Amino acid sequence: MPFLPKDILDIDSLTPEQITHILDTAVGMKEVSMRPVKKVPTLRGKTVILYFYEPSTRTRTSFDIAAKRLSADSISLTGSSSSAVKGETLYDTAKNLEAMNPDILVLRHSSSGAPYIMAKAMRCPVVNAGDGTHAHPTQALLDMMSVRENKGRIEGLKVAIIGDILHSRVARSDCIGFTRLGARVTVCGPSTMIPIGMESLGVDVTTRMEDALTDADVVMMLRIQKERQSGFFFPSEREYAIRYGLNARKLSLAKPDAIVMHPGPINRGLEIAPDVADSKRSIILDQVTNGVAVRMAILFLLATGAGGSGGLRHADVD
Amino acid sequence: MRMWIENALVVNPGGLGGRLDVCIEQEGHISCMVPHDPGNPEDIVSRQGAVRIDAEGLVLVPGIVDMHVHLREPGHEYKETIASGCRAAAAGGVTAVCPMPNTRPVNDNAQVTSFILDRAREANGVEVYPIGAISKGLKGIELAEMADMQQAGIVAVTDDGRPVTNSLMMRRAMEYAGSLGLLVISHCEDLDLAAGGCMNEGPVATRLGLAGLPNVAETVMVMRDIALAEFTGVRVHIAHVSTRESVQAIREAKARGVPITCETAPHYFTLSEDVIESYNTHAKMNPPLRSQADVEAVRMGLADGTIDVIATDHAPHSSVEKDVEFDKAAFGIIGLETLIPLSLKLVADGVLGWDDLVEKWSIHPARLIGIERCLREGAPATLTLIDPNQEWVLDPSTLQSKSRNTPFAFWNLCGKAVLTMVGGRTVFSERNLS
Repeated sequence: MPFLPKDILDIDSLTPEQITHILDTAVGMKEVSMRPVKKVPTLRGKTVILYFYEPSTRTRTSFDIAAKRLSADSISLTGSSSSAVKGETLYDTAKNLEAMNPDILVLRHSSSGAPYIMAKAMRCPVVNAGDGTHAHPTQALLDMMSVRENKGRIEGLKVAIIGDILHSRVARSDCIGFTRLGARVTVCGPSTMIPIGMESLGVDVTTRMEDALTDADVVMMLRIQKERQSGFFFPSEREYAIRYGLNARKLSLAKPDAIVMHPGPINRGLEIAPDVADSKRSIILDQVTNGVAVRMAILFLLATGAGGSGGLRHADVD
Repeated sequence: MRMWIENALVVNPGGLGGRLDVCIEQEGHISCMVPHDPGNPEDIVSRQGAVRIDAEGLVLVPGIVDMHVHLREPGHEYKETIASGCRAAAAGGVTAVCPMPNTRPVNDNAQVTSFILDRAREANGVEVYPIGAISKGLKGIELAEMADMQQAGIVAVTDDGRPVTNSLMMRRAMEYAGSLGLLVISHCEDLDLAAGGCMNEGPVATRLGLAGLPNVAETVMVMRDIALAEFTGVRVHIAHVSTRESVQAIREAKARGVPITCETAPHYFTLSEDVIESYNTHAKMNPPLRSQADVEAVRMGLADGTIDVIATDHAPHSSVEKDVEFDKAAFGIIGLETLIPLSLKLVADGVLGWDDLVEKWSIHPARLIGIERCLREGAPATLTLIDPNQEWVLDPSTLQSKSRNTPFAFWNLCGKAVLTMVGGRTVFSERNLS
C-alpha cells in the first residue's frame, strides 16, 4: 500500500498511486454514510482539530461529519473564536494546539502557504482545507472521486475548468490532480482572471469558452466573487454571465454525456444557469456527498498511518 | 602607531594601483603609496616599529560606500540600531552607510537628522550619511524641510519604502532638491499595479497562489522619473533596480543624455524568484526577486555601466515580522555582511572587472552623495582590505546585525573583508594582522 506523506498540504506532493489509493479508500468510506447507523469506531479516542481561520460552511461541516462518522472527537475552532484575534501568531497557535496532543489538525487559512508553517511546527498530521489562493487538496480529491465514479476513469478525459482561475485554489489543485491522473485540462476565463504562467501547471489556456467546452467530458464551473468587479476584472455581472456563464445552449458543445461540476457555493444565473445546475448532468451534489467520503479516507489513512495504533483491531460498536 | 599594508593588490580607479605598500599615519591619513620592493634595505629600516600587515593575496580598495541601508533607529531598535548596523557594515567591509528615512519618527526634519548623527558618533566610526524624506511623514502630501535637514547633515532625499505617487510632487521635489544640490532617490513602484502583491508576478507566484508584484509596477515609474529628469534637467537616482525593462529604459535614457543614475542590490543579481518555492519569507523583499531573465538583465546592466552602484538595501526585520504567513511577512532582507562575497561572484563570473566593481562599491556612490573615495597620499585612510579567496559559511548567529533575515544562511561564500578602516581607525579586523 502506498504510504501517504505526513501531511496533506497540496496535490503536488501526492503521486498518482497515492491519489488512487485515497480515492479507493474513499469508495469504501462512502458506504458507511449509506448505513442506517452512520458510524464506525475506527478513530475512537482520536482527536481531530478543525481550525478554520477563514469562514467556511461546506468544508468544515464535511470534515466534522467525516470525523464523527469515524468516531473521532472533533473540535472546531474558527478565526474569530481563536487567539488569532488576540494577536497570537500562527506558529504560537500551532505550538499551543500541539501541546494538547491532537491526532490530526485540519486547517483552513486565508494566507497561501499557512499550512506549511503549521505542518513544520506540529508533529501530528496537518490537512490543508484550503489556503489562500494556493491549494485545496481535499476538494480536488473529491472532484476526482466524483468524475471517476461517473465516468469510470480519469485518464484521457477532457476537463474544462471555467471562471475565476486567478483567485481559485480549487482550480490550481484540480489542474494538478486531474493532469497527474492523465486527464487533459483546459482552463478558461476572462484574460484578467487567468494568472501568468498557468501553462506551467501542464494545462491548456483559453479565453474562448467555446474552445474549452468543445468535446469536454467534464465541465467545472468556478464561483465568481461579486466583489471582483471592483478590481476591474470584468465590467459587470451581466457581461460576465453572457460571456462565461454556462447555459444549456453552450453545454451542447460538450460531449453528449458531459457532466457539470461546481465546488460551490453557486451563483445561480451568474456562472451557471439554474436549469443547468439542476439538470441530470449536474453532479454538484454528488461532489458534496463524496466530500465526506474523501475526508473520511484522509482522516483514516493519516490517523492510523501516523498514530500506528490500528484502530480497527480494538473496535467496539458505538 | 604607523601602519604599513604591504604587498596588497591595490584596486584604485582614478589613482595609483597595482602591488603596493601603503603607509597609514597615526593621524589617520595615507602618507605613502610605493611599489612593493622587499629587497630595499631603506624600507626595512624605516618600517621598524610600525605595524606591518602582510597583505599578499589580499585586495585593497577605497572604502566601500553603501548608499542604501535601513538602520531602524529611531523607532525599531529591536531590529537594528545605528550602533549594530555600523558594526554589521564594518564586518562587511563597508566604511560609510546612508540610512533611509523611514524610521519612527521619520527622518523628515533636522532634529531627527541630528539625532541620527549623534548616535552615529557614539558608534564604531563607520561614517553615517543620513538621507532625508522627500515628504513629511513619507505621506506624499507636503515637502519635508530639505534645506534645514541638509544643514543638519543629510546628503540626499527619498521616500524610500514608498514611491512619490503624485507626479507633480515628484517634479517639485526634484526642482527644489536640485537647487540645493541634494540627490533625489526614487523608489519606483506603481501602488495600484502592485496592490496586494507579495512576490514577483509569474509562474512561481501562480503555483504558490501568491498575489503578484508585476515588473511593470516598477518600470512604469522608472519611465515616469526618466521623463521628469529629462524635463527638469535634475538628476534622479533610481533605487533597487530589479527588472529587465527598467534596466533597458535607464540604458536608453542615459544614451540620450538624461541625468539619471541607478543602483541594484546583490540579491537581484544573485537570486531569482525560484528560491521562494517553500514560502521562504527570508526571500521576500520589495521590489521582489524576479525571473532568471531579469537577473541576467541586471547583470548585463552592471556589465555595460547602465547600473552605477551596488547598494545592499540592508533591511533588518526580526522573527516577529518574518516567522509568519508569507503574505503577512515584512518586506526586506539584511545585506551588509554578504555584500562582498556576492559581488565578488560577478568578478568570478566575468561580469565585472575589479575596477568596475570598485567603482560601483565606492567611487560612484561617493560621488553621488558628495564625498570622496580614493586612495592617495594625503587622503584619509578609509579603505577595505579584502581576502577574495577566503571561503566561509554564513552562520546567521554570528552576524553583527541584530537581525537574521537573510536568504543566504549557510551558503558557502567566497571573499571577505579582513580589515575595514575609516580615517585611519580600524573599525573591523578579521584576524590579528600585526
